[in-house]
Amino acid sequence: MDESFGDDARSDRRAHPLWTTIRRLLRHRLFLSGLILFAIIALAAILAPWIAPVDPNKLAMRYKFQPPGKDFLFGTDNFGRSLWSRVIWGARLSMLIGSSVVLINAVFGTLIGAAAGYFRWLDNGLMRVNDALMAFPAVLLAIAVTAVLGPSIGDVIIALGLVYTPRTARIVRGSVIVLREMEYVQAAIAAGAGHFRILHRHILPNAMAPLIVQLSFLFAVAVLTEATLSFLGVGAVPPTPTWGNIMAEGRQYISDAPWIIAIPGAALMITVLGLNLLGDGLRDVLDPRLRVQP
Amino acid sequence: MLGVLLRRLASALPVLAIVSLITFGMIHLIPGDPAAAIAGMSATPEQIANVRRDLGLDQPILGQLWRWYGDLARGDLGRSLLLGVPVLDATLQRLPVTLALSAYALVLTLLLGLGSGIVAALKQNTWVDQAAMVLAMIGISLPNFYLGLLMIILFAVDLRWLPTGGYLPLWRDPLGWLATSTMPAISLALLLAGLLARITRSTMLEVLRQDYIRTAHAKGLPRRQVVLKHALANALIPITTVVGIIITLLISGAVVTETLFSIPGIGQLLTQAVLNRDYPMVQGGLLLTTALLVLINIGIDVGYALLDPRIRHDG
Repeated sequence: MDESFGDDARSDRRAHPLWTTIRRLLRHRLFLSGLILFAIIALAAILAPWIAPVDPNKLAMRYKFQPPGKDFLFGTDNFGRSLWSRVIWGARLSMLIGSSVVLINAVFGTLIGAAAGYFRWLDNGLMRVNDALMAFPAVLLAIAVTAVLGPSIGDVIIALGLVYTPRTARIVRGSVIVLREMEYVQAAIAAGAGHFRILHRHILPNAMAPLIVQLSFLFAVAVLTEATLSFLGVGAVPPTPTWGNIMAEGRQYISDAPWIIAIPGAALMITVLGLNLLGDGLRDVLDPRLRVQP
Repeated sequence: MLGVLLRRLASALPVLAIVSLITFGMIHLIPGDPAAAIAGMSATPEQIANVRRDLGLDQPILGQLWRWYGDLARGDLGRSLLLGVPVLDATLQRLPVTLALSAYALVLTLLLGLGSGIVAALKQNTWVDQAAMVLAMIGISLPNFYLGLLMIILFAVDLRWLPTGGYLPLWRDPLGWLATSTMPAISLALLLAGLLARITRSTMLEVLRQDYIRTAHAKGLPRRQVVLKHALANALIPITTVVGIIITLLISGAVVTETLFSIPGIGQLLTQAVLNRDYPMVQGGLLLTTALLVLINIGIDVGYALLDPRIRHDG
């Protein structure tokens, strides 16, 4: 019976829930504008080797401090490096770090949250550690952890994963606790389904909506925190072209060459704005309980 | 009331115990030999051995843990390697600077966030509402150090209205403090004001739909009184919980803002400590700041219970 129902749903595309959701998302103005902004940055990141073929670390002292214009679209910095190349390759690093942190959160946040929410005997212990990690101010903890681990991209990803996974785990746990008490789950338990099957088939698919919303906001937060770490000089070491690094190096020349700061900052803002709009749209469509009635 | 306070304190104890355990363990996450990493690249074997002995890294791990909690109980957080003074003293000395800046930013956040959120809710679906929400979205998406840099370019470099950075103590030179703290406070407040405006708007909209608001209107009460006494008073209750989150984000944001504007607060102290591998300072500063935030959040929960009789009588 289960399978025939699935076939029916797939044969009529219009009725498939995924299809309906996508259509509703694409009709959501804010989601669409967020998607476009994010897509611009993501495309720039993917196409970096083709649209910015000049090595972002190539020095050319005789072209230093060129303002944005015809020769250098985004201008050059104090070493004559092309800001176009540096900002585009910076987008690649931001996207890499953002998506890695999202992946870490999706995997470990779900595992920890599901374990704590489903197995009551695990809940107390896991959530105390979770609460403790969440009690630290996020940026401070991220700084301290990178200080300990080291200043490479991989270490920054681990630090951000450690800082933000507890927040994701808490959200998953919240959904799982509610779902565990639902009658259909109780029915599955009564029918003798195993823990894994109940979690995998009955609980987690229904806990996905808030998780997806959280992960879209988390992407923005991860990109932002990484830029903050680089800007403070505790992230990936210069001359790695992260947006935070470019802005930190531009600080000295803020009065003569403000574009060195303004352009990577604008790229950072577009990314964060795009992801926030995306997250708002996803929340409106996927999680209608949270929507404010007009 | 006392019940709420005691219950919150009791639940904070295990959190703080684990927080301090994580802070303790941090130093052991340093890849390779922590003592060598702390002593620096150019350290001689003797210097490394000295660091190892001073920080107790030559002891067995349980011995170190015993010593860590023993020292904590006596209020001893170790000595800063960089400054040569006790970590507690260094932190307490910088704390008022960060608290003053955060308080300034909090006032701005509350004025901007509550104000625009209430107005947006009352003028729902008009251009005022939309403009307020677009501004809130931009505020949320504007990284605070980017906003700070843009303000420096505009107000300090171009217009020369305000200094690019530096700090004058509030109690010695209030006007100077205002001049040096205004840009940092705005750069901290805008993001949080955006968050608060959105939450205030949605909470107000929910409250304004309640039956008792309709009753108040039907009784012929002036709109002003309905909004302020009936709607806002009730909307403020859930908003109070957000203030705890806002304060945590303020302290987190102060790290980068203080470094950007050369303000000698805790954020700058810890950034310097990290950059100079001053691990006792990093550990102690992190632990103290976190403990302070836990206490502030307990205070807010107690305030919440004061505002909302349902919670007060619950337990």
